[in-house]
Amino acid sequence: MSPHPRRIAFLDIHYWAWFTAAWALFVVSIGGLVTSKGVGMAVPDWPTTYGYNMFFFPISQWTGGIFHEHLHRLVASLLGLWAIVLAVGLQWSDSRRWVRALGWLALGLVVAQGILGGKRVVLNSVDVLGVPGSVFFGVLHATTAQVFLSLLATLVLATNPSMASWLESRRENPPAAESGGRVGPWLASVAAVVFVQLAVAATMRHQHAGLAVPDFPLAYGKVYPDTSPETLAAINQRRVGIVDDAPVTAFQVHLHMIHRFLAMALVVASAWTWRRAGFLGGRWKTGVRAWCGLFAVQFALGAATVWTHKAADLATAHVAVGATILASGAALAAMRLMGESRAGVAFDSCRAGHAFIKPSPTVALGRPA
Amino acid sequence: MKHLTSIAVLAAGTTTLFAGDVTGTVTLKGTPPPEKPIAPLMADVNCGKAAKGTVTTRHYVVGAASGLGNVFVYVKGGLDGKKFDAPATKPVVDQVGCLYEPYVLGAQTGQTVEIRNSDAFLHNVNFMKSEAGNTTFNFAQGAGAKPVDKVFPNQEVFVKLQCNVHPWMFGYIGVVSNPYFAVTDKDGKFTLKGLPAGKYTLAFKHLKAGEVTQEVEVKDSGTTVAATLEVK
Repeated sequence: MSPHPRRIAFLDIHYWAWFTAAWALFVVSIGGLVTSKGVGMAVPDWPTTYGYNMFFFPISQWTGGIFHEHLHRLVASLLGLWAIVLAVGLQWSDSRRWVRALGWLALGLVVAQGILGGKRVVLNSVDVLGVPGSVFFGVLHATTAQVFLSLLATLVLATNPSMASWLESRRENPPAAESGGRVGPWLASVAAVVFVQLAVAATMRHQHAGLAVPDFPLAYGKVYPDTSPETLAAINQRRVGIVDDAPVTAFQVHLHMIHRFLAMALVVASAWTWRRAGFLGGRWKTGVRAWCGLFAVQFALGAATVWTHKAADLATAHVAVGATILASGAALAAMRLMGESRAGVAFDSCRAGHAFIKPSPTVALGRPA
Repeated sequence: MKHLTSIAVLAAGTTTLFAGDVTGTVTLKGTPPPEKPIAPLMADVNCGKAAKGTVTTRHYVVGAASGLGNVFVYVKGGLDGKKFDAPATKPVVDQVGCLYEPYVLGAQTGQTVEIRNSDAFLHNVNFMKSEAGNTTFNFAQGAGAKPVDKVFPNQEVFVKLQCNVHPWMFGYIGVVSNPYFAVTDKDGKFTLKGLPAGKYTLAFKHLKAGEVTQEVEVKDSGTTVAATLEVK
């Protein structure tokens, strides 16, 4: 039997994982646009759309905010289909149990995510744990999307033949010591902080408090703004938005400032990561440094979002790049953690005759241990 | 309501007021931030056609002699324990040119508010309560749809209506438990009609400038008050 009986299928599923992850990022971006434009309730019913089966809602009625909200629902529904194909494809083509399990987990998450999105609409006005349903389900919906995207990115890397070869070689020949120390825990820590940052951002966005502080780099002309009732009253008197109509609260201002401080901490962390990536070899160095570069882009987008008074396209780009940072960081961290495990990675042995991952001498993902 | 207020104010200038009427003017001290053109309205395929000229936000409507429009004036104190039947009249809030008209409306608890759509396309009307007792709603109202009646059992200043299809559309209803309320016209003038003689606390609430209260003594011959809101 050939040692690579399903190599073609394996490559296909890798490309499919790429496609599904890219589609998921598109769905997240449209979701971000829905929130940026404040049109999350433009379609007040779910799973129907103004009483129609959502797939047969007349295009002539896709006007105003309905266009964005309905489009978000449709592309998200397709994402569910793509996730089914991915899970089944992995089950069929990949011998590693953990990869197959991740495929099914991704499918379960996308189903849960769809339900959460629906609950965001139909339970919009119901308080949950003292939090308005619009915010509770909105934030949950947004953060679940990030976890789902991270899972897909992990599958993209896991199904990459070169990465699979690297992991396999590490399993067979665990390194005695890593040059420059283990990078995986550091990457995982930074990715965890990015997740917290995105959760904070989702809370801001679903309260429409993205401009709770409208200037940058200072905040109402200070390093840290005054949030006394008198100051907030004066601030709200001059807050004359077109869509963001509600007055800001002290909580929203503090949340906004936490977002800024976390952003600065993450930029510093990314600079440190860039330096540490110098100890890595080959594509690892390139990949990790590319990831670090995204932090600078994201910081600039955040500043531009404030300076343009939250222009919808920039705010949405900020969401998309944030999601990309988390997803790629989580995936890189997962691969490094597995590859750096001293005790050997808990990979399943390839099925007999299904050892389709061929270590390639031409691929250098890391320095030889 | 604004029309009624305007007529009452006009009448006040030439004839004797009804006993117990409170008339007055609310002025704005300070310079408000400039209003913004509602660019997405004019860019919208439907709303842009319905728009007449440049449509701007209506946060501060300042008229002659710094009179401030869209201030909700109501009796906040002095009527304790008194119950008032809800009037049979229906205040109307309409959706015209992708805006709510009027921007600020007054209604009494239990009174039916009629919500219309005069536009030739669909809006949704979304209300999320901020006070217990009122019922949240979010319904679609297409072109030519019948008016929808809504009742707010509890006092809430302001009930906020929003269209998410056109997310710049906001409308506000001051709902209070007594019939003594008014919304100032573009020059800041208002009339509270038929308030029995006595001492009251009047509240003047504006969406952005905030709220001030004022103690007044209403006499049978009528009373005139002046209030000032300040933007800092």
